[in-house]
Amino acid sequence: MHFPLLSSLIWLPVIGGVITMMVGDDRRANVARWIAAIVAIIGLLLCIPLYANFSIHTSAMQFVEKITWIKAYGVNYSVGVDGISMPMIILTNITTLVVVFASWKTIRTKVAQYMAAFLIMQGMMNGVFAATDALLFYVFWEAMLIPIYLSIGIWGSSNRSYASIKFFMFTFFGSALMLIAILYLRIHTDSFAITSFYKLKMTMAVQIFVFIAFFLAFAVKVPMWPTHTWLPDAHTEAPAGGSVVLAALMLKMGVYGFLRFSLPIVPNACQHLYWFMIVLSLIAIVYIAYIAIAQTDMKRLIAYSSVAHMGFATLGCFMIYLIIQHTGNLKDAYMSLEGGMVQMLSHAFSTGALFVGIGILYDKLHTRMIGDLGGITAKMPVFASLMMLFAMANVGLPGTSGFVGEFMVILSAFQGSFWVAVIAATTVILSACYTLWMFKRVFFGGITNPQIETLTDIGFHDKVALGILAFMVLLIGIYPEVLLRVFHASVGHLLALAHVNKLP
Amino acid sequence: MAETIRTLSLIIVLAPLLGAILAGLFGKVLGRKTSHRVTVLLMFVAFFAACWVWKLTVLDHGYLNSVLYIWGESGNFTFNIGFMIDQLTAWMMLLVTFVSLLVHIYSIGYMADDSGYQRFFSYVSLFTFSMLLLVTANNFLQLFIGWEGVGLVSYLLIGFWYTKEAAIFGSFKAFIVNRVGDFGFIIGIAAVMTYFGTLDYTTVFAKAPALAKAGTVLAVIPGAPWAVLTFICLALFIGAMGKSAQMPLHVWLPESMEGPTPISALIHAATMVTAGVFMVARLSPMFELSPTALSVVLVIGATGALFTGLVAFVQHDIKRVIAYSTLSQLGYMMAAMGVSAYAAGIFHLMMHGCFKALLFLAAGSVILGMHHEQDMRKMGGLRKYMPITYITFLIGALALSAIPPFAGYYSKDAIIEAVGAASNIPGSGYAYVCLVLGAFVTAFYIFRAFFLTFHGKERFSAEVKQHVKESPWVVWLPLVGLAIPSVFAGAILAYPLLYASPSWFGKSIFVAKGNNVLATLAEHYHGWFAYALHSVTTAPFWAAVIGIVSAWVLCLLVPSWRDVLVKRLSWIYFILVKKYGFDDFNQVVIAHGSKRFGEFCYRVADAKILDDWIINGSGRAVRFGASVVRRLQTGYLYHYVFVMILGLVVFVGWFELFETHSVLAEMLKSKYF
Repeated sequence: MHFPLLSSLIWLPVIGGVITMMVGDDRRANVARWIAAIVAIIGLLLCIPLYANFSIHTSAMQFVEKITWIKAYGVNYSVGVDGISMPMIILTNITTLVVVFASWKTIRTKVAQYMAAFLIMQGMMNGVFAATDALLFYVFWEAMLIPIYLSIGIWGSSNRSYASIKFFMFTFFGSALMLIAILYLRIHTDSFAITSFYKLKMTMAVQIFVFIAFFLAFAVKVPMWPTHTWLPDAHTEAPAGGSVVLAALMLKMGVYGFLRFSLPIVPNACQHLYWFMIVLSLIAIVYIAYIAIAQTDMKRLIAYSSVAHMGFATLGCFMIYLIIQHTGNLKDAYMSLEGGMVQMLSHAFSTGALFVGIGILYDKLHTRMIGDLGGITAKMPVFASLMMLFAMANVGLPGTSGFVGEFMVILSAFQGSFWVAVIAATTVILSACYTLWMFKRVFFGGITNPQIETLTDIGFHDKVALGILAFMVLLIGIYPEVLLRVFHASVGHLLALAHVNKLP
Repeated sequence: MAETIRTLSLIIVLAPLLGAILAGLFGKVLGRKTSHRVTVLLMFVAFFAACWVWKLTVLDHGYLNSVLYIWGESGNFTFNIGFMIDQLTAWMMLLVTFVSLLVHIYSIGYMADDSGYQRFFSYVSLFTFSMLLLVTANNFLQLFIGWEGVGLVSYLLIGFWYTKEAAIFGSFKAFIVNRVGDFGFIIGIAAVMTYFGTLDYTTVFAKAPALAKAGTVLAVIPGAPWAVLTFICLALFIGAMGKSAQMPLHVWLPESMEGPTPISALIHAATMVTAGVFMVARLSPMFELSPTALSVVLVIGATGALFTGLVAFVQHDIKRVIAYSTLSQLGYMMAAMGVSAYAAGIFHLMMHGCFKALLFLAAGSVILGMHHEQDMRKMGGLRKYMPITYITFLIGALALSAIPPFAGYYSKDAIIEAVGAASNIPGSGYAYVCLVLGAFVTAFYIFRAFFLTFHGKERFSAEVKQHVKESPWVVWLPLVGLAIPSVFAGAILAYPLLYASPSWFGKSIFVAKGNNVLATLAEHYHGWFAYALHSVTTAPFWAAVIGIVSAWVLCLLVPSWRDVLVKRLSWIYFILVKKYGFDDFNQVVIAHGSKRFGEFCYRVADAKILDDWIINGSGRAVRFGASVVRRLQTGYLYHYVFVMILGLVVFVGWFELFETHSVLAEMLKSKYF
């Protein structure tokens, strides 16, 4: 029995969260902060053996652990990672560390509870990505809603209760349907193991029902148009850490779900309905980008930009059918899927960083309105430079991670369809418009708001938080192979599964 | 030898990056002096290595095509970062490092009082790095990375004085317009990937003829198939139009003049804006296969050469005059590409790089002397105060006006003659007229600026007059450094670059058999002196002379004629002042329209219909439904009994009406009734 690495990643943060909650209160806030930081750092350190010992040559699950959980119903506590989930787990642990440092100064009330919420969320999130048992997956999937719901409801800004309820209703509505789909699959396969679902043959009608059930669960999370309206509200009202986790992790669960469930479980339905997914993705890329241009609230703007960027992730996932239809070669579709996955990770770093930045400004100035700001560069040059980097990542400039995913998806989309590629490529212009226009109004120009005169540059903790993200943005941007090599085997396996004919 | 070239190229590319990192991240620690020393020294290293590579490739015929590292792999596709060093690259590296080095030195004087001193040096070095990445690329990915890199630094440098509204507007506009070009560029790259399966130059070039021969088409709109190569070339050319400021994507360049002047010299005259020209030359094996694309390049280039030059007539800002001149000269270079005279275009690119950088830096010296005054109406008579600037500006102006034997003459005349000789390409007649008229226009606007600035009455205040003086040596030394090639380089390089066979470009530029106009011109080339003398029999020369004379007449001799002309030709004047309306159109229709459309999408479609009506609406509907249903639960027993009886009646009635074996009928038939 090897060291239970994945279980440690799941349960250590939970234990850490409970300890934080027990030990710290607001009089000893720093104790809570330090415990949280140490737990988060341990989490990240545990990722080192995860990456180092991960074999890139197999698509099989690695670091597998399996314990019977509920025998009567065949539920197992079984976890494992492949090339798709392993990077997501690393991402989760990086994000939590960033959140802990970014909230160091900005959260002043109920610090212990706040830190505990995010540590528990880290554990649950690791669980979501590691679970290979569908019911276990569902449990983690729902469990992580609670801390994020609380973080918006308790530490959020003025309209937090509306936003948190809306968020909860949306995601819960989708999850309920997913549970039905999982139970249906369980009844017909007699097992909760996700891999057993892959082998189940279903008629087209059934596949489409299952597809829709999964689609609603995942599309809400991604979020895809038109189920995206909870996101701007949730982002705007959430505290900085909540926004970061929402953008960096929660949205990824949706795409991860498509990859883990929809594509391999109901491939015929996916093949039948891929155009629908492509259309929705393109709407997200173009229409939502226009909406982002019209925003006056920075957080809302970045929230909408998230939706537009995630459109690339879903586009990459479903473009594979069109590409293979066109070229007939499974290998041609790798780039599309891998591009979508890179986009997913890259978006986490750049958008997460932008939310951290907005959180810093909000903490100092108590406004998120673009109109209230201006000329911040003069007072906070280091901060402005870092934000420029992340803004450029959001724009998709080569050398930053944002470029890699978009570039790969556009290039592969062209192989499937000229017009899809052209419509997707408009992001090159639109993302620059909304991001840099905001940047110009917030960071450049004369100082209009007397409060800005009093600003000082960011401190140590914020530098750490943003520094980690900046490193990741540049690393993936300059040498994406570090990430891509992890994908190949699993993506190949997934592509094969996504093209199996599962009609009886 | 390849190993040496590889090492040297790495040094050339990475030295500026190191400088940028040192000055950028550790600028505070290093201080002002060390920062500029480090960056200048590293630039000097790069320049020296570039000279060496030039020798190894151009003189010793060395060649390198090697992969540095695998950027990414995905399925059937591999993306590399690597070098392709041939003659074309060597010339570009030489130009870039040379101008960049001089601009670095110049900036020590020009930026001396600026609080963002280290940041400035860091940016300039970073720019040089990106530009070198662009020219050394051996694949489209790296080309694009460098391409966007220079775009980014250009954005940062135009907006260098970030509190100045005009500067940040200009930088934003530059970035967005360039991105419109990049949109085409990325589609072009995607098409290359799709049809060639790789982004490596050599493979793509080798496969291109077969693709052209196969007649593969791309149905952009169903029923209207395009030859794939034409499509690829045009899509890539859209990218070139953005970066090299070709009409109608030229609108960002005049606005870019809000940046510091050394930047205008380096980025917006000598190097970055020529990236599009370089790209077309680099991809000559592809463009050669598409006559349609060449024709488009020719017409767009020639149009820009004439019409953007005209706008310079009505500019008062000395830098804007030179900016419009750059637009016009870029048009010349593109026109050369269009008639397959790539060598002439690149030759003009290099000569222009020298004399245009010279003009900008000289203008910067004037601006420095006038304490950051750029309006020529407030200058005049400066030749007494700034003799070195005066002479060097004059050299630059003569070179720009293509007066023999200055550098510009050999390059520009070659372009005009090539266009004249290439009568087989659609649009070449029109292009030739544009270019010859352009010769007059060029000479006129630059000498107008020259006379207004250095001759005539002193129109500045007495206060300014007290401290107008020649700039320090760090400023004028680069002027001299650029003036020397502006005088001699044309005469020296014309033969080996254009007319010799094989030329100093070697195989790095590909010209299809029937298209080689320069070879026909070579028959009439008998040395630099004869070529200079020959000028008096050509139209462009006299057009330039007329231009200079009319500038003299209108600016110095009888200035009142100017007002008469403006009045007589008021509609032309209006059009020119409005710059053909491009800016207004973009501002009103595109920028404002997009904003409006975004607001519509947000307020109406998203917030109102989707969120308020459908989503919150269903929430409201549930609440409303609940509030209605709630009333049923009154708590009174007789209400419940009443409902029960009513229900019974309804159920029984239902069965009665629709069921064949009705309960009621059975009951009625029973013995109890």
